[in-house]
Formats: sequence, C-alpha cells, structure tokens
Amino acid sequence: MQALYAQLLVGLINGSFYALLSLGLAVIFGMLNIINFAHGAVYMMGAFCAYFLLNVAGIGYWPALIVAPIAVGIFGMILERTMLQWLSGLDHLYGLLLTFGLALIIQGVFQNYFGSSGLPYAIPDELKGGMNLGFMFLPVYRGWVVVFSLVVCIATWYLIEKTRLGANLRAATENPTLVRAFGINVPRMITLTYGLGVGLAALAGVLSAPINQVRPLMGADLIIVVFAVVVIGGMGSIMGSIITGFTLGVIEGLTKYFYPEASNTVVFVLMVLVLLVKPTGLTGRAA
Amino acid sequence: MTAMTDDTLPAPRRAIRDEMIAFVIMAALLAAVPLTGIYPFFVMQALCFALLACAFNLLIGYGGLLSFGHAMFLGTAGYITAHALKVWGLAPELGILVGTAGAAGLGVITGVVAIRRQGIYFSMITLALSQLLYFIYLQTPFTHGEDGIQGVPQGHLFGIFNLANPTILYYVILAGFLFGFLLIFRTINSPFGEVLKSIRENEQRAISLGYKTDQYKLLAYILSGTLAGFAGALKVFVAQNASLTDVHWTMSGEIVLMTLVGGLGTVFGPVVGAFVIIAMQQYLAGFGQWVTVIQGVIFVVCVLTFRRGVIGEIAHYFKRSL
Repeated sequence: MQALYAQLLVGLINGSFYALLSLGLAVIFGMLNIINFAHGAVYMMGAFCAYFLLNVAGIGYWPALIVAPIAVGIFGMILERTMLQWLSGLDHLYGLLLTFGLALIIQGVFQNYFGSSGLPYAIPDELKGGMNLGFMFLPVYRGWVVVFSLVVCIATWYLIEKTRLGANLRAATENPTLVRAFGINVPRMITLTYGLGVGLAALAGVLSAPINQVRPLMGADLIIVVFAVVVIGGMGSIMGSIITGFTLGVIEGLTKYFYPEASNTVVFVLMVLVLLVKPTGLTGRAA
Repeated sequence: MTAMTDDTLPAPRRAIRDEMIAFVIMAALLAAVPLTGIYPFFVMQALCFALLACAFNLLIGYGGLLSFGHAMFLGTAGYITAHALKVWGLAPELGILVGTAGAAGLGVITGVVAIRRQGIYFSMITLALSQLLYFIYLQTPFTHGEDGIQGVPQGHLFGIFNLANPTILYYVILAGFLFGFLLIFRTINSPFGEVLKSIRENEQRAISLGYKTDQYKLLAYILSGTLAGFAGALKVFVAQNASLTDVHWTMSGEIVLMTLVGGLGTVFGPVVGAFVIIAMQQYLAGFGQWVTVIQGVIFVVCVLTFRRGVIGEIAHYFKRSL
C-alpha cells in the first residue's frame, strides 16, 4: 500500500504541473488564438532561472518563486511584442510553427551550454524532511508543491472568472473590437496575458526544480503530454483545465503502480478514447 | 481565417503545363546526378525526405491539415521494412510493400481518431499519437529499443538489381521518388483533389454541397501517411537501419520545416525544402546542438517574413504555378 500512496503522490505532483501548464495554454489560446509550443521551453527556463538565482546571485528558493516567473514572464512579453503580435489575423497554425521554432532555439541554446544532463537544485531548508501520516510517509516538499499549485490554479481561476480584470479579458476574447471601443487597451492586455501564461509555466518549472533536476529538455517531452491533456479537457474552461490536469496526473500515478509499462503512454491512450467518445473534449466547445 | 497557401493561381491548364515542364527538368537533373560526382548517398537521403515532405504537403497544402506527427509513418514503415528484410529475409520489393502497407494501416487507425478535430487540435492530436508510438517502439522487442535495427541487408530488387551497388540503388530510389511524386501530382489535380481544396477553403460550404468531408479528409490522411511510409521504406535501403530518431517528434518538426522552407501548398516546394534542410544538416553537422538552434531560427524567419517559401516566392514573382 505504501508504494501505491507514493505513486499517487507522484501522480498528484505531475498533475500539478499538467494543471499549471494547461491552464497557461488555455489562457494564452483564449486571447491570442495561439497554441504556445514554447510552453515546455519556458517551463524549463523557469527552473534554470531558479538555478542561476541560487548559484550566481545567491538568491534562494523563496524569492526565486516570485522572481523567476516574473523574469520569464517579461521574456515572454518581449517575444509577444516582437514576434507573436505580427501573426494576428493569420491562420492559427502559423502561431504553432513560430512557437515551435522558438522552443527549438531556446532548448538548443541551453543544450549547448549545459548538455543534456541534469543539474541539482536543493530543497529549501524549511521544506526538508517528511511527515508520517500513519498510512504513508509524506515528504514535506512534495506536499507543498501539490498544495501551492492548487492555490495558484484557484487564484488564476478567480482572477479570470470573478474579477473585473478577468471580465475584461473574457470580453476581449469574445470580441476584441468591441472591447477596444470601450477604451480598453486590448493589445496591452494580450501582451500581459501571454506574460501570465508564460509566468505560470515558469512557476511550475521552479516548483519542479528540486524534484526533477534542472535539464534543458525537461519541458520538451512534458509539453506533448500537456497537449494531450488539453485535447482531453478542451480549452473552453479554466476550471476544466485544472481538474483534467490533476485527474490525469493521478491516473498516470495509478498506472505506474498497477501496470508500469503503460505509465508513459496512458495519457495518450486516454486521449484516443476521449476523441472516439466525445470528440470536443470533456469540457470543450467545438474548435 | 486566411488561407495558408497562395491562391492567386493562373488558369489550371497553363498551371499544369508549367508544372509538367518543371517536372521534366527536375527528373532530368536528378537522373544526371550519378554522372556529376555528387555524393549519391546525400541525394538519395534527400530524395526520401523530399517524398516524405511531399506526402506531408498533400495534407497541409491541399487539405489544410497540419500533421505534427508524420514521423510515425516514416518510422513505422522503416521498422517493418527493416524487420522484414533482416529477420524474415523477404525480397526488397516485398519488404517495401509490407512496410508501406503497415504505414497505410497506421494511417487508417490514427486517421479515424485524428480527423475528429480540426486546426491546431489536429496538430496536437497527431503529435500525441506519434509520441504514443514512440514509447511503444521504445519498449517492444522487435525494434531493439535504443539500438534500432542495424545492418539491414539490401538484397536484389526483383532478383535482378543489386541494391548494394550505389548507382543502381540511386536509380531505384529515384524511380520510387518520381512514382510517389507523380501520384501526389495526379491526386492534387484530380476531382478528389479539387474537393479537398474546397474543404480547405470552406468546409461548411463543402458540406452543404453534399460532400462527406470527413471521408475526404480521412482518405487524404491515409494517402499521405501511406506515401510517407513508402518514403520510410525506401530510406531503409539508403541508411541500412531503422531507429528511434525516425519516430521522434524532432523528425516530425523537420518534415514541417522542409515543407515550410520550400513553400506550403506548392508542388515542388517540399522537394526544394528537403534538399535545403538535408544539405544544411550535412554541412553544419560539426556544430552539434547549434543545428537545432539554426532550424529554430529558420522556422521563426520563415513564419515572420517568408511564408510562401522558396518556390512559393518564385511562383508568385513570375505569376506561375509551381
């Protein structure tokens, strides 16, 4: 049973990353109509940013949790201003191709300087050790990742669904021209949205640095799984992305326990099944 | 939504005449390669990728479907052909047939799933499906995992042509490429191709005209996958191996890049793009990971400033269809 709970925990942690990443993808897609292929690359940049902050500037985990997403978010906003904005009005597929190119550039540059092996990032002192819950041993850091990700996901959901800023954002998704007529600066909003989505991915990167090591290709395979998550969940609903992300992480964890051979394919198989039964995705509207 | 391809095409009859002339020139140039002393291995490899890119282009350029998983056809056919030649000891022509049939079967299975969504969802689904196959091939014993199937014997085609002879192999690969190319060319200009283009332009209207668009898209997908598999089967004779690189998503990305550089939706663009990218990889092989970075830069530059691609720009300038 210990092993089962341990795999469930791993599943929940992966689920947190799926949720944070697919949430960012959904937010970006809503405003920019672009599927951000560079999402895995910016996730990796978040982790590297935390690594540099610690090893170059001596800045620890807690400040990095705020600084890294903001730094990478600003990098994302620069990308949006200099490149992505020129694609508005073109076929969606060009956005996919452009961000795929960006992902190749970012990952290639990091691979040149850091090779393909992982760099260690220590768990902060406050979160070291573990708790005995009676039925299982819970490493504190892993529990923290799950809880903190959940809080960030809910906060993002609240921001978009319940605040005035979020209302403007959703309105601009539906009809940008009309929203501009009300005097709202839509291009600036688009830039900030891209920054937010990228920042969420970078945050996931920082969270995963102590667990998964910091590697240039850490986001490359992850993003493909996240794409499958997005296809399963659909991008129509923020809450849908969060729930689908966590659920698929848990299912993957269970598969690791019951049938390990299928653990890295189970999400894709589920995607196929969902497409056969409900092609629009579990919460999505037709594309 | 703006169309991905250039539609300021001249009248069909003149277009086909231009394309036929270009085809004859291309075939003549390629047939002359062994006389020039150019390294035949390079051209053979480029021809396999050119056919692969043409097959991919059939789907995106004429069906409006961007597959980000075409490497799965290349890899699947490659594995089956290599296995058939090495383990079963089949003759080359049967090996190619079995490999291509395998890709066709894969096309039917994945097509039924992928065709259910359009646009970027289609791209994400094909990418996920090819990743699924990648993990399967990583684990099944017959692919030999990380090692791949090495030292595949080339044999005698139809019992006559010794494929171990580079010149004979070159002409066999060239014949295969030209056959595939003409098949795609014929498809594009057939009534089926016209319906496909109409679906790309306006699917709702095509449906209202009574076309079962899903069937057309599925057929185009299967055809594209089968031809990509044919390219993969031919490639086994050139490389004499089948490995995981051919199923990896980076390969799918390279196929997209070749077509984008040459010109999406142009007849000859994918061929030019394949030669450009393969040549670039050859010359920059010493630069390691910088090749990836350069490929990324080409992607970005093409999307931002050069969306018609090499052949698309030429065709646009001369107001011809190529």
